[in-house]
Amino acid sequence: MTTASSLLLANARLVDPGSGREGAGSVLIRNGLIAEVRWGAASEAPRFVEVVDCGGQVLAPGIIDMRAFTGEPGAEHRETLKTASEAAAAGGVTSLVCMPDTNPVIDDPAIVDFVQRRARDTAIVNILPAAAITRGLEGREMTEFGLLGEVGAVAFTDGARSVRNAQVMRRALTYARAFDALIMHHVEDPDLVGEGVMNEGEMASRLGLEGIPREAETIILERDVRLVRLTGGRYHAAMISCADSVEIVRRAKESGLKLTCGVSINNLALNENDVGDYKTFCKLSPPLRHEEDRQAVIEALAEGVIDVIVSDHNPQDVETKRLPFAEAANGANGLETLLSAALRLFHSGQVPLVQLMRALSSRPAEILGLPSGRLTPGAPADLIVFDPNEPYVLDKRNLRSRSKNSPFDEARLEGRVLLTLVGGAVVYDGRPRLAARD
Amino acid sequence: MNASAPRPVFPHRHLLGIQGLSPQDIEALLDMADEAVEVSRQIEKKKTTLRGRTQINLFFEPSTRTQASFEIAGKRLGADVMNMSVASSSVKKGETLIDTAATLNAMRPDIIIVRHHAAGAVHLLARKVDCSVVNAGDGAHEHPTQALLDALTIRRNKGRIQGLIVAICGDIRHSRVARSNIILLQALGARVRVIAPATLLPEGIENFGVEVFTDMRRGLRDADIVMMLRLQRERMNGSFVPSVKEYFRFFGLDQEKLSLAKPDALVMHPGPMNRGVEISSAVADGAQSLIREQVEMGVAVRMAVLEALASHLPNR
Repeated sequence: MTTASSLLLANARLVDPGSGREGAGSVLIRNGLIAEVRWGAASEAPRFVEVVDCGGQVLAPGIIDMRAFTGEPGAEHRETLKTASEAAAAGGVTSLVCMPDTNPVIDDPAIVDFVQRRARDTAIVNILPAAAITRGLEGREMTEFGLLGEVGAVAFTDGARSVRNAQVMRRALTYARAFDALIMHHVEDPDLVGEGVMNEGEMASRLGLEGIPREAETIILERDVRLVRLTGGRYHAAMISCADSVEIVRRAKESGLKLTCGVSINNLALNENDVGDYKTFCKLSPPLRHEEDRQAVIEALAEGVIDVIVSDHNPQDVETKRLPFAEAANGANGLETLLSAALRLFHSGQVPLVQLMRALSSRPAEILGLPSGRLTPGAPADLIVFDPNEPYVLDKRNLRSRSKNSPFDEARLEGRVLLTLVGGAVVYDGRPRLAARD
Repeated sequence: MNASAPRPVFPHRHLLGIQGLSPQDIEALLDMADEAVEVSRQIEKKKTTLRGRTQINLFFEPSTRTQASFEIAGKRLGADVMNMSVASSSVKKGETLIDTAATLNAMRPDIIIVRHHAAGAVHLLARKVDCSVVNAGDGAHEHPTQALLDALTIRRNKGRIQGLIVAICGDIRHSRVARSNIILLQALGARVRVIAPATLLPEGIENFGVEVFTDMRRGLRDADIVMMLRLQRERMNGSFVPSVKEYFRFFGLDQEKLSLAKPDALVMHPGPMNRGVEISSAVADGAQSLIREQVEMGVAVRMAVLEALASHLPNR
């Protein structure tokens, strides 16, 4: 790990989603912060500075992942903060928001504090805990937004669960205003999901599996939009997955509401056909949808109707996945493949690189109120260098995560991280991989 | 049928579903089953095809007739048959599926017959064992031997399947029998209709190539075969249909509704029947009913399936 107090990342192709600017340049890091951003051809390096030649590869702010599940505390056999952070670093994720679905649930300031201490001692990227909206994720009593925010909870979410009761949601959105707290909500009506295990439609019916209608998502999303209008609370729909949801968000934004929303990388890169022969790694919430829905969310991302891309990283092991489809747990491993999978949209010509990085970095920073996510002097030097074209075939055994449930196992991917820096320190160095190949 | 004609080898190691079988595969199984019917009607019912082989019936869901049928079929072919019923309540769901598969596999069986309450469970198990696997019903997915025995029953009574109008009525949504039958009957050229209240139809059924009816009277018109499905008790009380009374009135098969089908229409039911729910006793026991014959054909079809798989068994 390099901890030189001054470092020049030279000869790079800078991509700054904050300003939308893209071009040749270099970045000077001093004391963990970006000291200087030089656009244009290489100029002479200052003296007494370590120089890293980026070889013309992309240099961008590190990814800020607003949705990752870890197993700590409570399910360390699936993932610890340490292993999640190592996977993150290798995937170019420099900050991740960890979900409160732990055991015990992150619904109390002491547990937020515990997670932060564990992260400080063991993790190599920034771990930002999200706290529960309701105690025990049970959807009934509000948690202490003020106290939780004071100790460092960056947002409030019931994680994989939806707040079923509209009155509870209304009060949470109203109360959150006093602290300008962000409510991040998983939009999925549990009653309409019922016994459903995959997208509703012909595919589910042929497999003999119960379906999950799109309306399970759109009804809760529409409800939330109206509650946001009623309360003025700061709201973020964690993940939308279908064309109808895109329309709901588009209309809400056009009407002047300040809500935001995300999309899971899985809903951008995969569709229901990937379930194939009962592949439980593709059992997700929200479920993989029809190809038309996938195209709709890609378009919405390109237009900026969808603000952010999340990994929805959810480590599961053999015990929870090597089961009949209906009995398997939801969730896919995602931190380490997030960037590569997102770059598929760049390579297909559907989303420009700067727009991808906006959804992966500067928008999450803006929503969470973080100083990172931009190439600006004074911002934390949370940076990544990556080759957007390096091809590889994913072998799940090589994943750094403690769980191997990647839906991209054996998939051909393009684009890999060469260097990840957090606070100016190198936390992942993929250059030996290239050297070994040469 | 010429018994001495060389028979093409059945090109599959497992029978996991009708999906994936060619019309030729299906016809070959039905031809073999016709021969098995003759064997079963003799005093000497024993063949030696599976002598020395071990067949395990692994049932995670209670079943009387399917399990008995597979047991008799195996024994008539000379196999040693072992029944393992795993009451689903005592099993921590699924967890034991892989464990059980591994344990049984270590005992070197030649063939495992599996029924499981979850769709896809039999496929999962088949990937973990070295022997042949036969799907005896997985969730709402497939029940291939039921579809084969239905086809055999139809073919023996009508002389053909091509061009017949087959109306499948009842809980299509939760029925593996319906799914396997739709695929098989269409592969052999039948026109398939499904008849059910909309709550009991799976989403996207119109893309299965079937005609869809929610009015039973219209759906039965000119049908050659009326295939009734069982409605589970827990679905009758307001969750999917309001009551037994209402269901029987609009979707139960009685003489009056049956008279709308062709005069020589035949009635089938995979069993066990709920008399007075989906079918009246008069129809079930009437002259047009093939229900008892289906049970006999069940043994024959399962003998045919076991014989067809015999060329792929391990432990040579």
